[in-house]
Amino acid sequence: MSGKVKVPYLFLIPVLMFGFGYLMVPMYDLICDITGLNGKTGSISTAEASQLTVDADRMVKVEFLGTVNDEAPWDFGPKVTSMMVHPGRQYQTSFVAKNTIDKTIVGQAIPSVAPGKAATYFNKTECFCFNQQTFEPLESREMPLVFVIDPGLPESIDTVSLSYTFFDTGKLTGK
Amino acid sequence: MNAAATEADHHHGPAPGLMRWVTTTNHKDIGTLYLWFSFIMFFIGGLMALIIRSELFQPGLTIVDPHFFNQMTTMHALIMIFGVVMPAFVGLANWMLPIMVGAPDMALPRMNNWSFWILPFGFGIMLSTLFMDGGGPAAGWTLYPPLSLQTGDAFPYLIFSIHMLGVSSIMGAINIVATIMNLRAPGMTFMKMPLFVWTWFITAYLLIAVMPVLAGAVTMLLTDKFFGTSFFNAAGGGDPVMFQHIFWFFGHPEVYILILPSFGLVSEIIPTFSRKRLFGYSSMVYATASIAFLSFIVWAHHMFTVGMPLTGELFFMFTTMLIAVPTGVKVFNWVSTMWRGAMTFETPMLFALGFVVMFTIGGFSGLMLAMTPIDFQYHDTYFVVAHFHYVLVPGAIFGIIAGVYYWLPKWTGNMYNETLGKWHFWTSTVFVNILFFPMHFVGLAGMPRRIPDYAVQFADFNAIATIGAFGFGFSQILLLVLVIKCIRGGDKATDQVWEGAQGLEWTLSSPPPYHSFSVQPVIK
Repeated sequence: MSGKVKVPYLFLIPVLMFGFGYLMVPMYDLICDITGLNGKTGSISTAEASQLTVDADRMVKVEFLGTVNDEAPWDFGPKVTSMMVHPGRQYQTSFVAKNTIDKTIVGQAIPSVAPGKAATYFNKTECFCFNQQTFEPLESREMPLVFVIDPGLPESIDTVSLSYTFFDTGKLTGK
Repeated sequence: MNAAATEADHHHGPAPGLMRWVTTTNHKDIGTLYLWFSFIMFFIGGLMALIIRSELFQPGLTIVDPHFFNQMTTMHALIMIFGVVMPAFVGLANWMLPIMVGAPDMALPRMNNWSFWILPFGFGIMLSTLFMDGGGPAAGWTLYPPLSLQTGDAFPYLIFSIHMLGVSSIMGAINIVATIMNLRAPGMTFMKMPLFVWTWFITAYLLIAVMPVLAGAVTMLLTDKFFGTSFFNAAGGGDPVMFQHIFWFFGHPEVYILILPSFGLVSEIIPTFSRKRLFGYSSMVYATASIAFLSFIVWAHHMFTVGMPLTGELFFMFTTMLIAVPTGVKVFNWVSTMWRGAMTFETPMLFALGFVVMFTIGGFSGLMLAMTPIDFQYHDTYFVVAHFHYVLVPGAIFGIIAGVYYWLPKWTGNMYNETLGKWHFWTSTVFVNILFFPMHFVGLAGMPRRIPDYAVQFADFNAIATIGAFGFGFSQILLLVLVIKCIRGGDKATDQVWEGAQGLEWTLSSPPPYHSFSVQPVIK
């Protein structure tokens, strides 16, 4: 009879599919990158940002939010809660964080933009979220953020909310 | 395998004593082991369901504490899915597939022994987590992070047990594929295979394809918790929503793994008791294959509410609704098979008919859930609970029970007690509806799932559901009694058992010899 299968080949399928499970991780990141799906923001260089044409006729409201994850020992929030901006022009603002305990702690801010569609148009040239932030005991610090909204932002969007969640990376590494 | 060598040191009957069951490589013995294992787990998982329903009998925190309640919902699901429905299907496959395709045994008998004996140890580990510090898993069977990462000492044991179950089902599935592809009797072409064989063939491929994805997902959870990776940890650049995508990429084909073999069982039983050939055999095969293919591209309908672009929601909505077409073809074919048939209503037929009617109810509520805007309303409510219990209990489980009744005389050589069987069917059917139908109403009214307490306006329907649960649970004792009585004695079954039965399994004696089809039959 034709169509016999060599059994060892069958074992290849689960091995490949196990790998496929892991392949879904970079695939997911790629799809999120293209679509801005999970609100991850983009970053561009200052040089690129200065190339953008400023749309002086259009105003977009940018709202800032700060959250601390899982009762980590920070006071954290934006310095100003909202700004009116022109797409294409660079703006600077900052977030303030204070270490409330008597220990050195390291934090990482993770951004998220709502609506999700706006995420790919929200670019930062400088952000405290690019690096981990170390805080001395009881240290308080302003952390700068320079951003530019791409003029290609869909017309239907007039408000963009940028939210940062501050994570205690010590928990991440189990320290 | 070297057939001559195995034959030489092989006795022609089962080895005496308990070691027979430990060392057996006989497909019939292993099938029996699987079926009994599944039956035992059915009562353990059922006991957990009764704890859940007892807590929900009245509003307020009445019997168990909420953390234990969550462990019960989680373990109930894991046991019923991986410990009852899947092993029962594999057990039926072990018993019947080699006989139905005219093979002497499964293609890989030693691995067959291994795939079974991993299971009791896997579930031993899983059940032992209930007694560990911090309790068993309580994050739901879907194990979404970050909640599932808060499991206590039980966590690594849970992951390890899931790996074991995965290894067991992958080996079982490979065995089934190898048996069907390599050991069919001469003349049995693919399009002459019985539908139970076909549905299992497709199911086995689904298993091989998606169980490793689950293994990958839980391994990522494990490394996130203990080895500092950040697959699902936002602080390290991961995303918890990604887990849901990976999980449901496994999870949706998994729900078809839980139903396709039942489709096959019902497609065997209805023609027998209608005394007609199955209507639309080839369309049944193509419908099964289409369902299996579609199951890979619909997963995100489980997560419409987590946030997705509109195009994504439309894509997953339309592909999901498309599954209703091949499923509709199947239901149409079953009904057409009965059309103008000389029908009789023995217990297997009753369960098969119950399957067709009640699985269709579950299918329709699934169609409702498939519509994105409506799903936003129903997501994570008791409506979902009602939906998947309708497709799994009077769906998958009724299919299994129908198959057990259908082949029990063949396995034991004795007819079961028909009166007791009818009692079992009617009590199960009445109580399963008392149990699950009210859940539609509380779900539509907004009662969320996975909660130990609820608003008082849901009290009446919950009390009714609990009564149904106990009724259904105790009805299953009838099946246990019936099976034991049937093994011990009863009217002798003929070889054909049922007047209208067709297929190779009915050409063997009842019970069949320990080694059957050592010389393969030739199919004309």
